Amino acid sequence: MTVTTDRLPSYDEAVAAFDPVIGLEVHVELGTASKMFCGCSTTFGAPPNSQVCPTCLGLPGSLPVLNGAAVESTVRVGLALNATIVPWCRFARKNYFYPDMPKNFQTSQYDEPICVDGWLDVELVTEDGARTVRVEIERVHMEEDTGKSLHVGGATGRIHGADHSLVDYNRAGIPLIEIVTRPVEGAGAQAPELARAYVTALREIMRGLGVSDVRMEQGSLRCDANVSLRPGPEAPLVTRSETKNVNSLRSVERAVRHEIRRQAGRLTAGERVVQETRHWHEDTGITTPGRSKEQAEDYRYFPEPDLVPVAPDRDWVERLRAELPETPDARRIRLLDEWSLSEFDLQSMVNAGAVDLVAQTVEAGAPVDAARKWWLGEIARVANERGVALDELPITPAQVAAVVALVEAGELNDTLARQVIEGVLAGEGEPAEVVAERGLAVLSDDTALLAAVDAALAEQPDVAEKIRSGKVAAAGAIVGAVMKATRGQADAARVRELVLSRCA
Amino acid sequence: MTSSASITRAEVAHLANLARLALTDDELDHFGDQLAVIIGAVSRIGDLETADVPPTSHALPLTNVVREDVVRPGLTQEQALAGAPAAEDGRFRVPRILGEEA
Ligand SMILES: [Zn+2]
Repeated sequence: MTVTTDRLPSYDEAVAAFDPVIGLEVHVELGTASKMFCGCSTTFGAPPNSQVCPTCLGLPGSLPVLNGAAVESTVRVGLALNATIVPWCRFARKNYFYPDMPKNFQTSQYDEPICVDGWLDVELVTEDGARTVRVEIERVHMEEDTGKSLHVGGATGRIHGADHSLVDYNRAGIPLIEIVTRPVEGAGAQAPELARAYVTALREIMRGLGVSDVRMEQGSLRCDANVSLRPGPEAPLVTRSETKNVNSLRSVERAVRHEIRRQAGRLTAGERVVQETRHWHEDTGITTPGRSKEQAEDYRYFPEPDLVPVAPDRDWVERLRAELPETPDARRIRLLDEWSLSEFDLQSMVNAGAVDLVAQTVEAGAPVDAARKWWLGEIARVANERGVALDELPITPAQVAAVVALVEAGELNDTLARQVIEGVLAGEGEPAEVVAERGLAVLSDDTALLAAVDAALAEQPDVAEKIRSGKVAAAGAIVGAVMKATRGQADAARVRELVLSRCA
Repeated sequence: MTSSASITRAEVAHLANLARLALTDDELDHFGDQLAVIIGAVSRIGDLETADVPPTSHALPLTNVVREDVVRPGLTQEQALAGAPAAEDGRFRVPRILGEEA
C-alpha cells in the first residue's frame, strides 16, 4: 500500500493494519443557577459581560466561595459512574496566559480529583448482536469554564489573520466537570462507534441525574477525543493526538474515524505521529494541527490557597448514592425482562426515543405490545413526516393508552384507532372526543352489517359465485368492500363470518 | 544553604517564556542568580525532619466551606468594562493572540 499525505488509506485499510486506542475527555457544564465560585447567573444567551462580578473577572481583592450544589452534582455524577468519592481533595490553580481566563489561571483540580476509578458500560451493536464494552473512567474533577473569545478581522473568524479579539466573561466561572477515561482498548474497527456510544451514554446519565442540560450545540457538553494507533492489540500504547471540541455526537464518530485514517497514512508512509492538539473541522471532515500543547508542568499547578479542601461527608455520600435514579443501563436490563423484548427490539426503541413514552403508556394501563405498536408505527410515521421527535408531537402516553383501551373494549378496531390517533394529533381533542366528533365506532349491529354484505355480494356476483363453489379465499374481496362501505367501522372478522354464512 | 540550589539558564529562559517575558541575556543571568538564592532559601526545608509532617496548603483547619446556589447581582456590563483598557460591542478588546488557537 503506497500512501502519500494527499491520499489517505481507506478506513478498512487503516484498521486492518493498526489497532486503534481511544481516550475521551468530556466537559459538562453543570446546570446550577449560579457560578462555581461566585453568585453570578449562568443563564445562556445573556448580553456579553452582563453576568460577571469582581470574582469571575479576577479583580484584585475578590475571593472565591465554592458552590455547594456544584459539589453535590459532581458527587452524584461520580456515583452514577461507579467511581470512588475521595475522602478529601483540593482545588488547584492551572496557570496560563490566555485572555479567556481574566485571572491568568483556571481554578481546577489536578492531582486530587474528587472522583476516581469509575466505569461505564457501553453497548455496541455488531453483526452478531449487542456487545458490551466497559469504558474505565480515570477521574471526574471540578473546574470552572472559561470566557468566550471572538476573533475579529480575520476572514474566517479564526485566530489566524485576526486583528484583535473580543472577550465575553459570562461563561467564565460556570461550574464544569471533566470526565476522563483511561485508554480504551479492544474496540478495534468499532472504535469510532464506541466513542459515540460512550458520549451518548454519558449524556443519558447526565440527563437522568438532572445535573446538566447536556446540549452539545450550546456547548454544555464538549468532547475531546484522543486517538493513537499501534501495530496490534498486544503492542504497547504509543503517541496520541488530541482532537479538541468535537461538538456533536456524529462529529465524535467522524473525528475519531478521520484521525485513525490520518495516522495510519503517516505510519504507513514511515512518518511519525506527533503528540499534538488538533482541531476538528465539521465542514471538511478533517482535523488540522492546533497550538503545540504546554506540558502539564508548564501550567505550574499548585493548591488553590483561597479555597479550603473539600471533604465529602461519608453519610452524605451514601445518602446521595441511595437517592440516585435508576441508571439507563439498569433500566434497560429491567425493561428487557419486564417487557420480554429482544435486545434488537429495545435498541430500536431507544434509537426512536420511544422508551419513556412506551413506559408511560404501559403505566397508564396499555399492554406493552399495543403501546409499542402505536408509538413505533403510526405515531412514529407522523413524527417522521413532520420531522420532529416523538415526544414533540401533541399526543400523550395517557391518550395513547385511552385509544388502546377503546380497542380492547371492542369499541374501536385498528383502522378506527388510527383515525382517532390522527384526530388527536390534529388537535381535535381527547380520544373520546375524537370518537364522538367523527362518529367512529365499530358497527356491532348484525342487521346493518348483513345489509352491507348483501349489497357487496350483489355488486360482485362472480365473486359471490366463487365463494359458493367453495373458494373461501375469495371472501376477502367482499370483506374489503364491506369495510370500505362502512368506513372501517365494521369488525372484519365478524364481516367474514357473515359473508361465509350468506354463501353457505 | 545546600549546594543543589541552582537553576540553569535554560530553565530561566523557559520560565520567562511561560510568563511571556522577553528577557535579554544579561537579564537571564541576573534573574538566574536571584532565583538561585530564593530556591536555596526554600530548599533549607529539606534539612528538616519532615517525613511525618503532612504537606499543608492552608493555615486554617477548615473543610467544606460552601455557599448556597443562589444568584446574586454582580456588575452591569458598563461597570464590568469600566476599567478595561479597550472595549468593543460590550466585550473586552484584547490584542490579537498569536500562534495559538482557542
Ligand atoms: Zn461572578
